[in-house]
Amino acid sequence: MDSLLHITTLHYLVLGAALFLLGVIGVLTRRNVVIVLMSIELILNAVNLNLVAFSRYWQGIHGPGALHGQVFAIFVITDAAAEAAVGLGILIAFFRNKETVNVDEVNLLKW
Amino acid sequence: MNEFLQQYVFSYLDTKGLTPGGAGNIFWATVYILLVFGGLSVAVIAMNWLERKILAHMQVRLGPMRVGPHGLLQPIADAIKLLLKEDIIPAEADKIIFWIAPFIVVLAAFTVFVVVPFGPTHAITDMNIGILFMLGVSSLSVLGIVTAGWASNSHYPLIGALRSSAQMVSYEVAMGLAVVSAIMMTSLETGTGTLSMIGIVQAQQAQGVWFVFKFFPLGLIAFGMFAIAMVAETNRAPFDLPEAESELTAGFHTEYSGFRWSLFFLAEYSAMIAVSSIAVTLWLGGWLRPFPGVHGPSIAIPHIWPPADPAAPTGALDFVFALCPGISFLLLGAMCFYNVQRMPKHPLFKIQTMGLAGFGAVLGLIGLIMFLPPVRDRVEDIFWFSAKVAGFMYLYIWYRGTFPRYRFDQLMKVGWKVLLPTGLALLILTAIVGMHADLWAQITGGGQ
Amino acid sequence: MNPVVTNPPITNPPVATPFFFYLLAATMIIGGILVITRKNAIHSAMALITALLAQAGLYLMLYAPFVAGVQIILYAGGIMVLFLFVIMLINLERNMKERQFNKQWLVGIVAAAALGGLFITVYTTATRGKPLFPEGRVIYADGQNTQAIAALLFDRSTGQYMFAFEIASLLLLVAIIGAVVMAKKRI
Repeated sequence: MDSLLHITTLHYLVLGAALFLLGVIGVLTRRNVVIVLMSIELILNAVNLNLVAFSRYWQGIHGPGALHGQVFAIFVITDAAAEAAVGLGILIAFFRNKETVNVDEVNLLKW
Repeated sequence: MNEFLQQYVFSYLDTKGLTPGGAGNIFWATVYILLVFGGLSVAVIAMNWLERKILAHMQVRLGPMRVGPHGLLQPIADAIKLLLKEDIIPAEADKIIFWIAPFIVVLAAFTVFVVVPFGPTHAITDMNIGILFMLGVSSLSVLGIVTAGWASNSHYPLIGALRSSAQMVSYEVAMGLAVVSAIMMTSLETGTGTLSMIGIVQAQQAQGVWFVFKFFPLGLIAFGMFAIAMVAETNRAPFDLPEAESELTAGFHTEYSGFRWSLFFLAEYSAMIAVSSIAVTLWLGGWLRPFPGVHGPSIAIPHIWPPADPAAPTGALDFVFALCPGISFLLLGAMCFYNVQRMPKHPLFKIQTMGLAGFGAVLGLIGLIMFLPPVRDRVEDIFWFSAKVAGFMYLYIWYRGTFPRYRFDQLMKVGWKVLLPTGLALLILTAIVGMHADLWAQITGGGQ
Repeated sequence: MNPVVTNPPITNPPVATPFFFYLLAATMIIGGILVITRKNAIHSAMALITALLAQAGLYLMLYAPFVAGVQIILYAGGIMVLFLFVIMLINLERNMKERQFNKQWLVGIVAAAALGGLFITVYTTATRGKPLFPEGRVIYADGQNTQAIAALLFDRSTGQYMFAFEIASLLLLVAIIGAVVMAKKRI
């Protein structure tokens, strides 16, 4: 019980792993492309949570200025924004051609 | 029970020099939260009355006069009417989203006040990222507006919501640039800038000048840019095309009636007060009195001046400005009594006359209480902050009564083609001048 | 103008940490489950916004206020608005009435279960009895968090991520141009 009440780095890592799993399930099983993209955002958030939790741990060892994990998390958020914009642009272009948002029907290159 | 409560109340003394949130004092943080939100609700009600009266006087008519003396109880009548109205939901509307959307907007508008500083320790908390938090949370209201327009399942709300969100997103860029150029000025004295709201006002106090007068005219242009962008951000005239009644039949909140509409209305006025608080904190010196660097000769009047705190300044100019809260409330009371004397002498007006006289007496009493030294020292910061925000509220109403409405393409043109380049140029100029502040002082002949 | 980061160790410890952690964690998990199971894409987007705001709360608990502010501004206030606009643009009524899971959903669940098993194995057996992250470290306040991140990014003596910062700005430029070109009707 005490290990449940005292929040350590491991708690944040387990939470990050659970979110990562939810995102992977969303990417692999959903049919709507927009929801697949939103599951990718869930995955990126889980990774960010891991990074910031480890940054806190690292800061305890290496002094108050060692916030490398937080800087990495900021870069990941920036990348997620860029990727979401481009991904949604591709989605709109595809939708304009085929009038559908199903992952199953993105098969123009299938033999 | 008694000493339990006493222990909580006296824990205030342990938080000297810190805000309750910063000191980890949950009890006093909760008290501050209740005070701030209660004050905010009273301010919104007062804004409702003030807007109708001031607009009316600008249009040479009287405005609401019947409900209380000079319409003072009109907002209460409006609130009762809104609560008793029928709650209509459009037929094919998405019920969950329709229900959530007003709450998102209210949440975004109210959470902002957690970091607003009314004094050096009079904020609910002082986050390290104060101004970033305020800009970010106020941008969450775009989500509420977009979902409100979508969930109404009808053309006019959807177009209104898309226009409103496009406008808010465009002017957030201009707001951000103006804010960054003000943040850069906080690093001039100490070498390290700060994003915390209390830190920004303390930087203005250390440099002895409001940032609106700093590096003249750079501070003034940044303040002007933010003042224009904040009017567009809150969808107020002259940028209120998305909610104008003659254009889009009330825009994104067309399908909302009764209590839900009043939530949007509450959120709009709270957002106005929030962005005015940002402008006051960043450029107009927050809780500082006018001319914060000029103190005058030190004077001492027994039992009245200097204040009990040994670190407080004791100049003559400080004493004069310390009398302002009491004088302003006495002036308000005097205005009430002047109007009492102008009331018609008909017996049907007896209750209204007595009501107005009572209101004037209460205001005068508050004014007299504010002359007492212990009250005066504590209230001074809060008074100056509130007076400046009230000035901004008057400006908002003045704009509404004076300017014609912008067409939507003109609105977007101003946001992207005028404010954005000005903001970028201002940022670069402020950075260059800030790096060479002594050179600037030589060029402008001893100015700041 | 050398920024000196002097975070003192914490004097007043945080309050009710387990309560807030479990509340925010539950919000995030429930939001995640709602994202991947809702039929209506707008409901999924609202659930994701809730999860992102709860994540910002978790960042605040980890004494990372700047990352929390960036999360609220960029993720919840920027990316999700973009998602909402695109959902409104391509919303198809018939899409909501068809089945929601694609043809290979069983393989997907099996793969996710394998991944979950891998996580559990790593977290419970990797250290063979020793604690995974030993406690007893000093906890620093966050009064200078933004300044410390700025020191890592920009400072001449301690900044290591200046190059990455410039590359990130170039990446954003490429993304803007790409998104505009992709979504135009006629180039």
